[in-house]
Amino acid sequence: MPIKILMPALSPTMTEGTLAKWLVSEGDDVNSGDVIAEIETDKATMEVEAVEEGKVGKLLVGEGTEGVQVNALIALLLEDGEDASALEGATDAAPAPASPAAAPEAPAVPEAAAPAAAPAPAPAAPAAASGDRIFSSPLARRMAQQAGLDIATVSGSGPNGRIVKRDIEAALASGAPAPAAAPAPAAPAAAAPAPEGVEPAFDFEPANGMRKIIAQRLTESKQTVPHFYLTVDCEIDTLLALRKELNSRSDDYKISVNDLIIKASGVALRRVPAANASWTGDGIKRYHTADISVAVAIEGGLITPVVRDAGGKGLETISNEMRDLAVRARDGKLMPEEYQGGTFSISNLGMFGIKQFDAVINPPQGAIMAVGAGEQRPVVRNGALAVATVMSVTLSVDHRVVDGAIGAEFLAAFKKMIEDPMTMLL
Amino acid sequence: MADTNFDVVVVGGGPGGYVAAIRSAQLGMKTALVEREHLGGICLNWGCIPTKALLRTSEIYHYATHAEQFGLKVEGASVDLAAVVKRSRRIAAQLNGGVGHLLKKNKVTVIDGAGKLDGGGAGARKLKVEKDGKAVADLVGKHIVLATGARARSLPGLEPDGKLVWTYKEAMVPETLPKSMLVVGSGAIGMEFASFYNDLGADVTVVEVMDRILPVEDAEIAAFAHKQFVKQGMTIHAAAQVTKLDRAKDSVTATIEAGGKSSQITVDRVILAVGIVGNVEDLGLEGTKVKVDRTHIEVDGWARTAEPGIYAIGDVAGPPWLAHKASHEGVVCVEKIAGEPGVHPFETGNIPGCTYCRPQIASVGLTEDAAKEQGHKVRVGRFPFMGNGKAIALGEPEGLVKTVFDEKTGELLGAHMVGAEVTELIQGYVVARTLETTEKELMHTIFPHPTLSEMMHESVLDAYGKVIHF
Repeated sequence: MPIKILMPALSPTMTEGTLAKWLVSEGDDVNSGDVIAEIETDKATMEVEAVEEGKVGKLLVGEGTEGVQVNALIALLLEDGEDASALEGATDAAPAPASPAAAPEAPAVPEAAAPAAAPAPAPAAPAAASGDRIFSSPLARRMAQQAGLDIATVSGSGPNGRIVKRDIEAALASGAPAPAAAPAPAAPAAAAPAPEGVEPAFDFEPANGMRKIIAQRLTESKQTVPHFYLTVDCEIDTLLALRKELNSRSDDYKISVNDLIIKASGVALRRVPAANASWTGDGIKRYHTADISVAVAIEGGLITPVVRDAGGKGLETISNEMRDLAVRARDGKLMPEEYQGGTFSISNLGMFGIKQFDAVINPPQGAIMAVGAGEQRPVVRNGALAVATVMSVTLSVDHRVVDGAIGAEFLAAFKKMIEDPMTMLL
Repeated sequence: MADTNFDVVVVGGGPGGYVAAIRSAQLGMKTALVEREHLGGICLNWGCIPTKALLRTSEIYHYATHAEQFGLKVEGASVDLAAVVKRSRRIAAQLNGGVGHLLKKNKVTVIDGAGKLDGGGAGARKLKVEKDGKAVADLVGKHIVLATGARARSLPGLEPDGKLVWTYKEAMVPETLPKSMLVVGSGAIGMEFASFYNDLGADVTVVEVMDRILPVEDAEIAAFAHKQFVKQGMTIHAAAQVTKLDRAKDSVTATIEAGGKSSQITVDRVILAVGIVGNVEDLGLEGTKVKVDRTHIEVDGWARTAEPGIYAIGDVAGPPWLAHKASHEGVVCVEKIAGEPGVHPFETGNIPGCTYCRPQIASVGLTEDAAKEQGHKVRVGRFPFMGNGKAIALGEPEGLVKTVFDEKTGELLGAHMVGAEVTELIQGYVVARTLETTEKELMHTIFPHPTLSEMMHESVLDAYGKVIHF
């Protein structure tokens, strides 16, 4: 009987994933420990190793197939002495791969001519095309409702994909550190919806795990968190000079303006700990360290790797850590603990020339700082016009946790350090 | 033997092993079952089934001797012990034959003998089968499922001798009815025998080392049962230990220590029911990666041991030591091996427990204390048999149905019952827990009148202050 290779669970809460890439072809010999495929979950890509040796008999799930259920049969290995004829019985008995998009040539995008209503290939378990019944237990429905969680976004692990208690618990456990951070993308100028049947041609892209989470978490944030915004301008000529000075001393590091902003935020949160907090529903958690989530744009979305205890680390450490995190984030290789559990976020769009913007809070965090470009602007000094390099930052604050005065105190502390950067070394 | 290569070889033909073998064969895998003694295992031959036959006798005898409560005159009711035991053995034999038939029908190859793995690595896929010291077969299995069960635990100084000091096995086939007995251990096995012999007229004393009888049950339910047993004439010593057994010709003098004091009682017979140990010896586990912790094989939710290709299910794989646990674990194990879609790892939270003493005890899920220890804020509902019309009509007004809910989510965390027929009722709550109903669905369910099951409804209503009949 051929050896069955099943979709692995890469984390205890994973219920489905995308089979991103096969690294072997049918007919290849594999040994135990060989990397045979890459699996993509919500946010990370991980490698799958062969546990047993044999010859690849059949790959049953095509590259790029989404929503492959954990433990679904994805390939068959022929054991020593077996030939392809051994595959027949095995595939008959095998469970069909969970994803309906299994055939690689099946177009993922409905043809333009098709009526807009044609549902996209439904992802495996839950989320079902709108209108489909979502199977879930009464307990799961109540827990989701109590937690303000849209049950349609949860994958079911019960019989026939039924959503049960453990799925809600898993969703709540993994949901906390969302990949939020960045400004909510502006809605495409929402023209009046075209009457059905005359909608203009479009391409439809089914949401991947990350997109679904961004959609869910940021909607939840904007709808349930009472945001307010504080903006301050910081002169950064001294900071730029210090950076140049520091970088000229060694080739072991290359400190960026963003590294200095991370450090300054960390120290400012130490000085104003009331701003390093989150709302729990019946109280406020004040964190002991400032673990700063830094939004990194990656293909298809964004992710927020965390610099732990940024206030307590040296600039060189922060800079080297951040570079490593960003590289691995772009490669999709971050481990969950590297992007979950921050206490404060920074989103920097300065490199795109953005002057100022308001970011959406990344729940359950209490604040996010949006950083604009450093640019030369006229400033008034002692009653006279002068030119300075100025950077605007805007703090979005959850009013349930942090009031205006505290937010202002934090920004004042931050501004002081940015404008007089030697003080952040104190 | 013509063919010695199998997809799945199951070692042990009890309720775990024979069910696993049948399911395995149904899934198209070539399956062998190796059993050294009886198909059906302890459960069917020396456990669940024959004891239920005995307890049915003691129950009917109890009614016969209390017939006047029902307006009947029964004179001269007496126990024909040989016939009682014969009936119990006949029922076991009938079901034993039934298991053999089911295995045959499903084309499972049954091999009579004791199986032993042939070392680690590749040897772990080989099973040598012996019978009476002679080699019977050398089997090769792609997957080997160990389902060898367990046996009664014995304590130093209290070793059973089969004549005066019994295990469950001798207690099931008594030749004469002891006038007095000491039962050591008050779990399900101890209390069932205590109840049986007490109802047949023996003078029964129970000694339990924990601070209460039925230690795994909800404390309130155990206390309720305790009172009933005492009312029936049993003597119960909790937080006590039997330290010595002095065996005379036809009696035993036991030394019991409790609270620093020592006392002695002399009884005709002693039954040891102090737990069980897994049958992990002579399986060839040495040299394999299989890990054994205190006589039980360590497995994951798919019954996999640390040695690839070797699985363990049922009593040998750890508690709860229940036939229905073993069967379900066996099914999960072989369905996973076959790659069946939608198989779920084995979970222990929804395994009901039943004890068939009089009054019966049945439960599922968390006890009230355990729920609180796990940090749940609970809502507890209770309904007494006294408030149920059917219970009164049956002449069984002593009992309690208790439900424990999570206050926030309405999850039914546990249900605990004591009283007549509760072992037949508990499945309702097991279904509820498996489907993850909240209190709402249970309240919306219409329970038939007049039945004992109405108390299951009322207990839920009581947890939410809506009880009608009490």
